[in-house]
Amino acid sequence: MQGRKIFKGKVTGEALVTGDDISFYGGCDPETGEIVEKGHHLEGKSVSGKVLVFPSGKGSTVGSYVLYALKKAEKAPLAIVNKIMDPVVAVGCIISEIPAVDQIDIGKIQNGQKIEVDADNGVVTLIEG
Amino acid sequence: MGLILTPEEKEMLEGKHGKATQKAMEIITTLGEIYGAKRLIPVASVQIAGVSYHNLGEAGLEYLSEIAEDGRVRVLTTLNPAGMDMLEWKKHGISEDFAVNQERVVDAFERMGVITTCTCTPYLIGNLPHYGEHIAWAESSAVCFANSVIGALTNREGGPSALATALTGKTAEYGFHLDENRVAQVKYDVQAELKDTDDFGLLGHVIGTRTGKTIPYITGVEKASTEELKSFCASVATYGGVAIFHMEGITPNKTPIPDKTEVVTQDDLHAARVDLDDEEVKIDFISVGCPHASIKEIAEIAVMLDGKKVADGKTVWITTAKPTKDLAIKMGYYDIIENAGAFLVADACCAVAPLKGKFTGLMTDSAKACFYARGKNKFKTEIRTIEQCIKEAIS
Repeated sequence: MQGRKIFKGKVTGEALVTGDDISFYGGCDPETGEIVEKGHHLEGKSVSGKVLVFPSGKGSTVGSYVLYALKKAEKAPLAIVNKIMDPVVAVGCIISEIPAVDQIDIGKIQNGQKIEVDADNGVVTLIEG
Repeated sequence: MGLILTPEEKEMLEGKHGKATQKAMEIITTLGEIYGAKRLIPVASVQIAGVSYHNLGEAGLEYLSEIAEDGRVRVLTTLNPAGMDMLEWKKHGISEDFAVNQERVVDAFERMGVITTCTCTPYLIGNLPHYGEHIAWAESSAVCFANSVIGALTNREGGPSALATALTGKTAEYGFHLDENRVAQVKYDVQAELKDTDDFGLLGHVIGTRTGKTIPYITGVEKASTEELKSFCASVATYGGVAIFHMEGITPNKTPIPDKTEVVTQDDLHAARVDLDDEEVKIDFISVGCPHASIKEIAEIAVMLDGKKVADGKTVWITTAKPTKDLAIKMGYYDIIENAGAFLVADACCAVAPLKGKFTGLMTDSAKACFYARGKNKFKTEIRTIEQCIKEAIS
């Protein structure tokens, strides 16, 4: 799938997929990577080491620093794949050097599926179904 | 990519002006590409948010420290409120631990060359753009004031994007930097009496809630002081996310007048007051200065508090910018206020200071302060005029 590069890098990993937008500030524990927003589809799951696939970011601009905190704690997602990139997440990926791509039809990605994110070329490839 | 860079901007992106500038340029160009900007434009000044250690945390501080290694601001840059008065924090009950960390944050900004006075009203203390000037400001109330009351041009920046503009002197040209995105969309005809700053806060609550991000054209407001406009800006940005409004006869931007008209009545204002007035509130905290109090407001409060005493069990914070506090000291207002047992607090405010659990009921003239007191600090609230707030304090 061809999308748009937000921040460079090329990784392969397991997809963690949600149809809910994510607010990193207040919605994700900066020390553990666990989604803590009440009622969120991913509540209780950790984004750490996953290719995190979600529609878009929401919430406070402090969210950019939460991604940075996750990176420093070695709990950051391996990569981020969005339908529409929100500036808070974009800035977070840049300052934390997390590969990120948007304009992807995320409905085609299954939870737990192994996918490759080639952010340099803005390409997401499903490796196994 | 549609974004075209100048040779100097390309050099920044390639790292020829240092690591911090490179990172900053990556942020600016990525945002430009996301929003379809064609070029970057220079800005006259920056206002940075994300200053209170309470919001930033250790990770935010670490990022700022890293940037401060070789990052230096290229334009006039001021800071949003911190979590405490940078000099008199101890007597306001701020902990030693918090103070140390808050100082580390401000020190990091100082190393970058930021003017480290912490205020949400930079336009009152020397960061004052003129009509038509491009700026990059965070702090939603100041963004709304700069766009609407002054007629400068800025998007609603976040902390890191504002800092990136400070380090490069550039922002991407999109959103509210373009005249076509500043046109009024809905007319609000105000048929209600507006007397004080609290009324303007209530008006901001009503229009903000109704309009969301749709740009308002407001008629029926005959006059408004700078203080009343700053109260309105804070409220309409808090309850609606409004970055720009037009007020007939008061704000300078030119716009066609929208056909679609809504009416704001006295009943609407009353309903907003009812919404912000909790039931069974025991007021133990009175705060004026959200946004930061002007010297005029402090002078008026000093008259009200002259020779009076704040009642037992009540704490009063009048929050303002440090240069305004210095002026208040020179004029003798500080002594009058502090002798009455109230605090004239610089650099901080009741929304970003670590006050959770310290009080239960807030009385304020600010609709914005009610929002944060309830959400972040779990206080009950009452909105009143400044005069009523001071009366409550000494009763």
